[in-house]
Amino acid sequence: MTSTNSVSSGSGSLLPFLDRQHTIAKPGYSRWMVPPAALCVHLCIGQAYAFSVFNLPMTKLLGVTQSTPDDWKLTDLGWIFSIAMVFLGVSAAVFGRWVEEGGPRKAMFTAGCCWAGGFLISALGVYLHNLWIIYFGYGAIGGCALGIGYISPVSTLMKWFPDRPGMATGMAIMGFGGGAMIASPLSVWLMGKYATATDVGVLWTFVTLGLGYFVFMMVGAMIVRVPAPGWKPEGYVPAATPTKLITKNDVYVYDAIKTPQFWLIWCVLFLNTTAGIGVLGQASAMSQEMFPGHITAIAAAGLVGLMSLFNMGGRFCWASLSDFIGRRNTYFVYMTLGFALYVTVPFAGGTGNVVLFVFCFLIIVSMYGGGFSTVPAYLRDMFGTRYVGAIHGILLTAWSAAGIAGPVLINYIREYNITHGIPKAQAYNVTMYIMAGLLVVGFICNFFVKAVDKRYHMKNEADEAGLSPEMPQAAKA
Amino acid sequence: MQADNIKKTPPLLIALAWAFVGIPLLAGISQTLLNAAKLFQ
Repeated sequence: MTSTNSVSSGSGSLLPFLDRQHTIAKPGYSRWMVPPAALCVHLCIGQAYAFSVFNLPMTKLLGVTQSTPDDWKLTDLGWIFSIAMVFLGVSAAVFGRWVEEGGPRKAMFTAGCCWAGGFLISALGVYLHNLWIIYFGYGAIGGCALGIGYISPVSTLMKWFPDRPGMATGMAIMGFGGGAMIASPLSVWLMGKYATATDVGVLWTFVTLGLGYFVFMMVGAMIVRVPAPGWKPEGYVPAATPTKLITKNDVYVYDAIKTPQFWLIWCVLFLNTTAGIGVLGQASAMSQEMFPGHITAIAAAGLVGLMSLFNMGGRFCWASLSDFIGRRNTYFVYMTLGFALYVTVPFAGGTGNVVLFVFCFLIIVSMYGGGFSTVPAYLRDMFGTRYVGAIHGILLTAWSAAGIAGPVLINYIREYNITHGIPKAQAYNVTMYIMAGLLVVGFICNFFVKAVDKRYHMKNEADEAGLSPEMPQAAKA
Repeated sequence: MQADNIKKTPPLLIALAWAFVGIPLLAGISQTLLNAAKLFQ
């Protein structure tokens, strides 16, 4: 094996210290420095899940104490998050190969600049009271930071932890879940500090967060390293007998998307995420409507908090478990256990069993998080480590698609049921059965995931040159 | 000996890096737990 990268780093870079060859670890560098570097990025971009804390104050930017007719509507503000999510998927897919070839430091640095820039541009949008500037700032530029930042440390972590790839990516992706837990109270506190009689405090909160996140992400970019070619952890001996579902070969990114395995895993992630998002976004309303009088609005807020903890914890625990039981088996657990839990929710609602209901939701949401953190290692098993970051980037379009499908499914089915005279307490039952059905389809997709055909494996000579076999001769030269 | 020249990452630096990300994360988790406690009230 050689280090990758003649493509991106050979030509004169404006900031050479960001290039991959300048991030190769010297002997003695501890691999335990890499997860904190990854967390520096993921904890920051995880703020996206907490953006809703700005929604209400941003409807009162002009009126301050109450909304005026010229103030923004909540429905218009909802688009900021949606645009960011779309740009997350698109940028991860488009820039995936660049991230992989340019190295993690360059990607983290870019993500940090975009993330901070997104906040600062949005602050300008607040100052000028122009929502389009915020759509561009947080939505488009911030969305690109989400996509690039999300995939930037993934393949690096798996190269540092070939013995525990699931645990390694689980640690980073856990940070994405944890980011909202930091951002939400921090944003509320900052807005409280900056608020005056004539200002709700959003503008300076954006500026402060932008600058703070920039510093945090730069620390991550500076401490991250890639392992030297041929490096292995002390005492680590790769399995002598090849495992059927863990390849030792690499598949080029654009060849990977031609394989049925990629699209089967895409479907598995899409279905697991659709089912999870449907529950995650509606947990508060659903719990109150299924248990009127038992679960109050305050208790529902507590449930949402508990769910975010399980979402985060699931990312680490399930991905770590996958190192022992295998990626395919872990997804079988998600699908099978998820099916049983979704089917149990209507029963818990019907019998008024709050504890069972809460238990089901917490496990479901932990598997939703686990689905995200297990998938990079699943891709690595299928397509090798070489282009896994880029392949992961393209796979994240499943997340964007699920972000639309999940809420639509749960909202429209609920509305349909209520308009057809079904009591609110039972309006979610059909949805739960549909979600369970989705997981059955996911189970079938996962069942058909087999080892990638040899014809997709990269050729050795191309591998050594750090170039795709599909690349034109001119590029190779 | 080449092995003697290898400069290992000091454990203190590793601890600092983990504290840098761990402290904010723990603060966030504790806030979330406080909110979650409302479910049981």
